[in-house]
Amino acid sequence: MLDLLELLSFGPNGWGDEILQGALLTIQLALVTLPVGIAIGLAVAVAKDSHSRLLRAVGDLYTTVFRGLPELLTLFIVYYGGQMLLTRLAGYVVEGAHIEVNQFVAGVVALGLVLGAFSSEVLLAAIRAVPKGQKEAASALGLSGWSTFRLVTFPQLWRIALPGLSNNWMVLLKDTSLVSVIAITDLMRQTSIAVGVTKQPFFFYLVACLIYLVFSGLSSIVFSALENRASRGFKRVGGH
Amino acid sequence: MEPFLGMLGDGFLWLMSLIGLNADLMSRYGLRFLDGVWVTLQLVGLSIVFGAVLALPLAIARVEGGKFLSRAAFTYSYFFRGTPLLAQTFLIYYGAGQFREQLTDIGLWWFFRDAFNCAVFTFTLNTAAYQSEILRGGIQTLPVGQMEAAQALGLHRVLAYRKIILPQAIAVGLRPLGNEVVLMIKASAIASVITVYDLMGVTRLAFSRSYDMEVYLWAAVLYLIMVEIVRRVWNVLERRLNRHLLLSH
Repeated sequence: MLDLLELLSFGPNGWGDEILQGALLTIQLALVTLPVGIAIGLAVAVAKDSHSRLLRAVGDLYTTVFRGLPELLTLFIVYYGGQMLLTRLAGYVVEGAHIEVNQFVAGVVALGLVLGAFSSEVLLAAIRAVPKGQKEAASALGLSGWSTFRLVTFPQLWRIALPGLSNNWMVLLKDTSLVSVIAITDLMRQTSIAVGVTKQPFFFYLVACLIYLVFSGLSSIVFSALENRASRGFKRVGGH
Repeated sequence: MEPFLGMLGDGFLWLMSLIGLNADLMSRYGLRFLDGVWVTLQLVGLSIVFGAVLALPLAIARVEGGKFLSRAAFTYSYFFRGTPLLAQTFLIYYGAGQFREQLTDIGLWWFFRDAFNCAVFTFTLNTAAYQSEILRGGIQTLPVGQMEAAQALGLHRVLAYRKIILPQAIAVGLRPLGNEVVLMIKASAIASVITVYDLMGVTRLAFSRSYDMEVYLWAAVLYLIMVEIVRRVWNVLERRLNRHLLLSH
């Protein structure tokens, strides 16, 4: 048992520092992906809510595809496909140019596309849940379009969307482990490296699992605080 | 039958080349892709069914169990829902390798030696956690009067569950269960990382040999078809099983 704990120590003999670095990269990846995915999700939600039939169809197609594909497949398509596409494009400019896609960027793009598909559903439901009268009242008060969104629509949308977005975030956090397959040194990858050297797969993968559990535990604390804040002007059933 | 299938295959390849796809690639890997689809379906089917069997006692332990049992069931589902499936798969597949001697002693090594079995085992544990939550949610949406009425009629608790509580709970949980099947189809791609030649595994193999992006697009289409079929079937299933709840449709 003590030997195993020593394997987790920080320093030349232990894997503690490597695993911690991997864990930080996992968090970074998730945090960078979050705004990308939400921005895509918001754009797709607005498209699906628009009057144009074409835009609605595009939005629906986007959601169907990226919710239906395995995340691993999306990652490979973005990583290898992006590499080939960019190399071909660069080939038109400079003869024989070769472009390597950065794995981190590929990870952010792939996970962002998936998060965009899932969050668009949440955001669409939230947009539709804000009554039309709110916007009408805002314009009656003389608020501009942007002010209406910022002061009237958004605070209400936010409250309704938060629980769904919190789910999306938890899924994203777990999906980041997939990027280890394209050799990003995230938590999962560092753990695998440690396993390769120490031959202690059960122990190290269990540690990795526990770190993911800590992350989701922390996330739920943050999200319940955010939810409390977002619904501070709203009395719920049950009086809480 | 045989020549007919051959003709069908040739016609298909001709069509592929007609719309500008790589027919040569398809003739080399096409059948392997079908095998991959079959392996994926097996992975998903077995895991969902075994997971459902495991989910039932877990859900009932959550609702009816005492302090200890319900907490144990909660911890189980918290662990499997809170950690990535990839980590769980590695934990079991590589972890089993570490305990090879002990597993041989109790006569289970033959099972864990095979990557496919490990994948089914991990996916089963994982989906059992999600399915038990769905079932628990279904049970807890029912008003307590349902159980009280059953007991007033003199039904034993087990019988009340079988005849009254579970059928209603499953009806409530039908839609989320469909989502879980779709999630499982997508998640099954993870099996390819531990050398299972499911659809994803075959695709990666074909890509590593041909360096043609087209194989990923085939895989994408095949996965989308599978997901879409499940979605449609589930819509029919739900309309049929919940037809007493649909008033205005």
